[in-house]
Amino acid sequence: MSEGNNKFLENFKKTQLYRAIFRTGGAPISTHKQRILVTLNNVFLHLHPIRLPKHAVKVKYTWCMGGLSFFVFLVLTITGILLMFYYRPTVEYAYGDIIDLSEQVPLGLMREIHRWGAHLMVITVWLHMFRVFMTGSYKPPREFNWMVGVILLVLTMLMSFTGYLLPWDQLAIWAITVGSNMAGATPLLGASGPGASLLAIGDVNFVHAASDARFAMLGGRFVGEGALLRFYVLHCIGLPFVIMIFMIVHFWRVRKDGGISGPT
Amino acid sequence: MSDPIQKPSNQPAQTTPPKPVSLNEPMDRRSFIKWSVIGWGAFVAVLGGYGAMIMRYLFPNVLFEPKQSFLAGYPDEYTIGEVSERFKDKHGAWIVRDTEKIYVLATFCTHLGCTPNWMGNENKFKCPCHGSGFYKTGINFEGPAPRPLERYKITLTDDGEIFIDKTKKFQQEKGEWSDPESYLSV
Repeated sequence: MSEGNNKFLENFKKTQLYRAIFRTGGAPISTHKQRILVTLNNVFLHLHPIRLPKHAVKVKYTWCMGGLSFFVFLVLTITGILLMFYYRPTVEYAYGDIIDLSEQVPLGLMREIHRWGAHLMVITVWLHMFRVFMTGSYKPPREFNWMVGVILLVLTMLMSFTGYLLPWDQLAIWAITVGSNMAGATPLLGASGPGASLLAIGDVNFVHAASDARFAMLGGRFVGEGALLRFYVLHCIGLPFVIMIFMIVHFWRVRKDGGISGPT
Repeated sequence: MSDPIQKPSNQPAQTTPPKPVSLNEPMDRRSFIKWSVIGWGAFVAVLGGYGAMIMRYLFPNVLFEPKQSFLAGYPDEYTIGEVSERFKDKHGAWIVRDTEKIYVLATFCTHLGCTPNWMGNENKFKCPCHGSGFYKTGINFEGPAPRPLERYKITLTDDGEIFIDKTKKFQQEKGEWSDPESYLSV
């Protein structure tokens, strides 16, 4: 049975189809170079190092928190896309669609997975940072990647913040009211912040409730239709786009800075 | 880069060379810097222009929000010493008349923005969320609210009706309650 399978596989490796997909070809791997080439010649495999230091796979050392953060991010991406098939970001439908998602839609679990996953991602990102800090992995040559990581943390928080509004329940509306009032208190750029009155010529005030940072965020003077749509677009397209760019840089720099840091 | 610039070797030399800017000739330092500044300047200007356009795009000219001002009837429709809840649900405003003036309180708790209730028996506004309490004037006296309720701009129209503009707010802690637009003398 297994021999038959092997024969089938050997024959399959000789076909043009196999050779077209796997660039290394079907030749048996016997040398170290060939083994390396298999990894390098595959777009998915090449994301992974050719070899790992022994400590890098020790859960005790890495906690696997960076990997888990990325895994949860993928789960959130998939469930998020699924939620978008039912959710309509309007004042009229948003709340009802969320109820509908958990009560009527088959496997309404998706919404709960997305919600709990979001909480989990914040936790894993924090723990990842904690681990990186405690192992001193922020030190040169990894200081640049630490800064990228800080940006990724902020982006994770912004993803949470924008997602917070979308259920459009009382908690969401008031939480974003409070959160956006902070934007209104930005120095110079917020209408109720310090220095806003400095940006005025005579009686014409340039920074007021309909022209400040809070207004740009909400697309209106209070949390309403404009804010819901703005947060939806940021949550589903804008921020994921930015976070993925930083993630690419982050993963690439882990490799270029010498892989996972080790005990010295 | 390291390749020498190739010149056509088998062409006859021109008799009157006007010294044109030829792609085959290396650019001298002076014009390289000049064109670099012009090129990069234009690039940055276009980028900045697009940036400014995107920023402006995010500030809409027309808002599809509920109106922020309303007519609230005539002053004699309000009894002295009473808190009117007539426009609480629709416009988020209490209209209060005391012996000398009418003022409008915003129905937003200054703690976290919930809507307090007017407790007629206890003569106070009480927020159900975290228990902040406010006197009839709007001054906070209990609970976590850090400052008094805000007042809205109140004026009279030409035919004597009360006109309330919610885009203009008056805060006691900034000394704005003495502003003549923050109350209506009756």
